Amino acid sequence: MIDFVQIAAVDDSFFKDRSDGGCIQDNNLFCPSWVVDNYDRYVDPTLQHLVLVLVAVGVGFLIAFSLAILAHRRKWLASPFLAATGVLYTIPSISFFFLLLPITGRGTTTAIIALTAFTLQIIFRNVITGLRNVPNEVTEAARGVGLTPKQMLWRVEIPLAMPEIIAGLRIATVSTVALATLAVFANGGGLGGEIIVGSNLTFKTGIIVAGSIAVIMAIVFDALILLVGRLMTPWTRAAAL
Amino acid sequence: MIPVGALGLFGDAFDFVFSGQEAATGGVQVGGPEAVFDLAVKQVEVTLLALGVAILLALPVGLILGHRGSGEFVAVTAGNAGRAIPELALIALMATAVGVGLFNLVVALAILGIPPILTNTFVGIRQVDRSSVEAAKGMGMSDREIITKVELPLAIPTIMGGVRTASINIIATATIAPLAGVLTLGDLIISRNVYGDAGVLAGAVLVALLALSLELALSGVQWALTSKGLKLQRA
Repeated sequence: MIDFVQIAAVDDSFFKDRSDGGCIQDNNLFCPSWVVDNYDRYVDPTLQHLVLVLVAVGVGFLIAFSLAILAHRRKWLASPFLAATGVLYTIPSISFFFLLLPITGRGTTTAIIALTAFTLQIIFRNVITGLRNVPNEVTEAARGVGLTPKQMLWRVEIPLAMPEIIAGLRIATVSTVALATLAVFANGGGLGGEIIVGSNLTFKTGIIVAGSIAVIMAIVFDALILLVGRLMTPWTRAAAL
Repeated sequence: MIPVGALGLFGDAFDFVFSGQEAATGGVQVGGPEAVFDLAVKQVEVTLLALGVAILLALPVGLILGHRGSGEFVAVTAGNAGRAIPELALIALMATAVGVGLFNLVVALAILGIPPILTNTFVGIRQVDRSSVEAAKGMGMSDREIITKVELPLAIPTIMGGVRTASINIIATATIAPLAGVLTLGDLIISRNVYGDAGVLAGAVLVALLALSLELALSGVQWALTSKGLKLQRA
């Protein structure tokens, strides 16, 4: 078991800056030449961060989507599922990491479990809302042309609920990118480590770089999911024309 | 699945809260009901202050923008952008670039709380049935009366949804407040070298309970604020 305080130890190489030492000494809010010389220290944390987000949101989506389909079939399940995922959503991730400590120890798995638990409520709520908002006439018509409940779900209800589902996925992903900076407390890697390193120094550039990478990652994910959503719902654009 | 000793650790955490233990670094006594209570009070204080500031700033702006139907881009973009702010970077940057202390922390936490409240207030007001607003106008209500007597009551469920999201973000981030020099329950979690695993687990349990209690309290507030008519409609 390694303490995050130890991971956050800084060696001399942190301040290597071949082009312009003055920038580090002045310590303004942002020191570009330091970034040019040190961008390589952000590569691994960024990749770890990507993995945390992709796995957490992917698993979260699978679980929440299945629960929503189940609750759509058996209406009485919706309330207990909402309550249970609500509890998981409310417990702060950092607290969740350490509640899992006696069970899964510290590491990426613990971080991913806590992040996954956080996404469930957001995705579940959106999927179930999307399915409920499918107009009655449409499902009646689908039944009229002889679709089985299964066919109706996959060919009619889920496609029509897609805008809501995509919206939920966007919120969950963007929030998880931000939240995954806390994974460092569970010894789960990610960009948070570099932020902790930065918070032990008076040199601010490191925090800004790591924070900015997280924000950019969130924006890129958001745009990608939006794009995939557009491609999956061509009829919404046809209606808009 | 659960390794032997996991339950023992929960027992240690219980002891940590109710009787305290010697610090892992040796010498001083840490934990115990009084010390833990002080940390919890600090966390509640910081959270409520930040939530209060966020509501005071975001609610009026959301009400006015929503009433006028303008500024949708600002209100909705704020909500989206707010979610992308990494809490840890915000706190760390606050501590190194602006300075530590209660005031700065409350400002940082309020920044996290404003976007969901602003967006939900705006959306909540816009969703109010236009015919209700037209009827209020026809009865000779002023803009102010329309906002406070018609739009606000009808938008309460959506607005409170935003307030609850904000409170969840704020109390979670208040847990890492020790990084910005304000000792909350999170100190038990973050300063593991002092409190040991028992302290960490005690902190985690207490933070979780605190967050759930706040959420429960806010859902109570929401119920109390929701007008009778809306409650009947739901039933």
